[in-house]
Amino acid sequence: MSVIKVPGAGADGWKCGHCDREMVMKPVELTYLNSLFNVELPVCPECGYVFIPEALALGKMHQVEQLLEDK
Amino acid sequence: MEQAELRQWEHRCIQEESPQCVAACPLHVDARECCTLLAARRVDKAWAVLAKTMPLPGVLARICDGPCKAACLRKDIGGAIEMGALERFLAASAKPAKPPRPLPRNGKSVAVLGGGMTGLCAAWEIARKGFAVTVYCAAPDVGAALPEGVLEGELEAMDRMGVTLERGVEPTSELVETQLEERDAVFVDSDAVSDAVLNFGEPDEVTLGTNRLGLFASRPGEGSPVFQAAAGRRAANSIMRFSQGVSMVKSRELEGPYDTRLYTNRAEMEPVEPVAVGDGYDEPRAVEEAARCLKCECMECVKGCVYLKHYKQYPKVYVRQVYNNEAIVRGTRQANKMINSCMLCGLCDTVCPEDFAMGEVCLEARRNMIAKGTMPPSAHEFALRDMAFADGDKCALARHAPGADSSEYVFFPGCQLTATDPGGAERAYADLRNRLGRVGLILRCCGAPARWSGRESLFRESLAELKAAWEGLGSPRIIAACPSCIKILREAMPEAEIVSHWSVLSALGLPGTALQDVGTLAVNDPCAAREDGALRADVRGLLDALGVDMVEAKYSGELTQCCGYGGLLNEVDPALGEAAAKARADAVDEDYVTYCAMCREMIARTGKRAMHLYDLLYPGDAEPGARPAPGHSERRENRVRLREKLLRELWSEADGVSAEDFEKIWVECTEEGAAAMESRRILKSDVQKVLLQAERSGKHLVHGGTGRFLASFRPVVVTYWVEYEPDGDGYLVHNAWCHRMHIEGAQP
Repeated sequence: MSVIKVPGAGADGWKCGHCDREMVMKPVELTYLNSLFNVELPVCPECGYVFIPEALALGKMHQVEQLLEDK
Repeated sequence: MEQAELRQWEHRCIQEESPQCVAACPLHVDARECCTLLAARRVDKAWAVLAKTMPLPGVLARICDGPCKAACLRKDIGGAIEMGALERFLAASAKPAKPPRPLPRNGKSVAVLGGGMTGLCAAWEIARKGFAVTVYCAAPDVGAALPEGVLEGELEAMDRMGVTLERGVEPTSELVETQLEERDAVFVDSDAVSDAVLNFGEPDEVTLGTNRLGLFASRPGEGSPVFQAAAGRRAANSIMRFSQGVSMVKSRELEGPYDTRLYTNRAEMEPVEPVAVGDGYDEPRAVEEAARCLKCECMECVKGCVYLKHYKQYPKVYVRQVYNNEAIVRGTRQANKMINSCMLCGLCDTVCPEDFAMGEVCLEARRNMIAKGTMPPSAHEFALRDMAFADGDKCALARHAPGADSSEYVFFPGCQLTATDPGGAERAYADLRNRLGRVGLILRCCGAPARWSGRESLFRESLAELKAAWEGLGSPRIIAACPSCIKILREAMPEAEIVSHWSVLSALGLPGTALQDVGTLAVNDPCAAREDGALRADVRGLLDALGVDMVEAKYSGELTQCCGYGGLLNEVDPALGEAAAKARADAVDEDYVTYCAMCREMIARTGKRAMHLYDLLYPGDAEPGARPAPGHSERRENRVRLREKLLRELWSEADGVSAEDFEKIWVECTEEGAAAMESRRILKSDVQKVLLQAERSGKHLVHGGTGRFLASFRPVVVTYWVEYEPDGDGYLVHNAWCHRMHIEGAQP
């Protein structure tokens, strides 16, 4: 499965407060209503904490959620 | 929805029915469309509308006697549209339209005897259907003087359509006989041949058939050119059926004039006199006259409904979309949001001449979606969570009056009143106890969100709990304050006697706390009171007693409009919900008074001053019209605190509900943070759960620039993100957002 790259979905200055590590871009599995997407997102390389930026959550992600709900 | 149901609903919506002019015209010329185009100065297009329907349009448009005028709805408000004069203007001024392209030749031939208007029109129409046509006549004669070249022009067009004109032939009975032998059918223009030819009996009214097989004839004595043309078309249809061997009579009701069901409300239309025809119209005057056309349509329901307007069509189209939406197995269901956005308020079926109920269609569709598992999970979730909260341990309560061991009445304020004006609800309960004695109290939801969202089983579950609470109090008479509660409970609990708080107050008189000489207010009837005239009258009686000078909005009483909350519109499409509230707010200049907590909230949130009747009867500290509208979290807290306070003060009980861990997290929000939470429907409790999780796991992000923290948590199905900073013993929240997609294999 190809990895989706979302423009602008960078760490945006956030780093892991627990591990004190810079986030790195890694494929993350996102699921909703029996659909699975592999999306490149900022992740803490140590503990795996994933960052979902506000613009992504309210923009593209919301659109896809709505679309899947109507499928 | 079964197809038969679809058809029944479709039949009820009359928007697509023909306007009066089209129905009255025996050729069904679309005068409405012609006028619309001409009013927009699209002269050639307007002419094309006529030329597409009329045989020999250059001739007929000049001699048409306009039976549409008698049917025109403009006739009572200024005068009927001068359609005949408009036709003549277009015939003279527009670019000639190309004659219609006939169907491919079918190898059959027809003779037409007589070259009057009827015969020529019959030839035109028969040729259009692919027959080879020969007209026999002494000379073509339409019985009217025409400008030079007009008739010849149309005869040339007929020639191109495959009509042969045999001039100089006097039709005789012998000619009829020979043609009957040679041709597939023969048509006689009875007004253009000698009486001796008419020896075939009276032509049938519907088919124009005679007592000779294959011989058709017009009924003699028709003087109207357009009816002559219509006879020609009827003959062509009969000959087509005859040659194909199909029924000669089936489904011919719409040939010739018919009755139309189209309703057009003219109540607010201003009279405008016709433009004088004089010697005929020039373009400016023709355009002016065409602009007088009412463009008849119904749209009664759409006019009064923000929702029906928003989707840009009308119920006949919508019900098809609902039907198609249900039929989709794979693919995107485009109509989900439309179905879930109806306010179920019943205004459409009240104004519809045929009682089309969009609410019924949409509610049934929602129930179907629930049954089939195709309801979008997010659509009603927030409202259903709120309902569950109102029915949960923290909010629900059922007690006899303090010190009483039975109840004559039980007060049921409803979950929205307790959420928005807990003080008002408390004072109302005190008043009822003071004046009626043994009045118990039930705090919970009536189940409206479950019902509106199509979740009948959830509604029944909630109702069963309510019933158990009510029976536990000895099944007393229920005094309900909320019109939606009243409507729903009267329907679902027929065994209970449910009286409105307003009727009780009408009998008791105003409470001692009531304000005096309130001034002028506009009354907003909630949609749930649409069918409850007694309720509306009780409220007006109370307002009168309060000294209120009442004004009514245009849509009032049984024609009232929903505030945008009904049917859960505001949950499904907040922008449209707000638009509905705004429409309501803008309908009057005066401050509103209403008797539904949600109407008050929805209207007040638009910035319009609005008050609940409780603000006048049981006022608190705030000035009635300016009481703030609480946000989502505050609404919940209001219910919880009301229950705690009443238990403590009236029944000397502790609330008996231990606080959950997350509730101990102290949270404050910046203005931006609070606004983000409110518009994204994120509750303070959601934020507290995120912060508790961050505290316990020690996991969060930190921003290199601002130093703020960010953490996420997914309590059930929604993941919440909170941007915050530690603040003393608690947290200051700067922002919050959420999503439904689940992050696999990462933080919980």
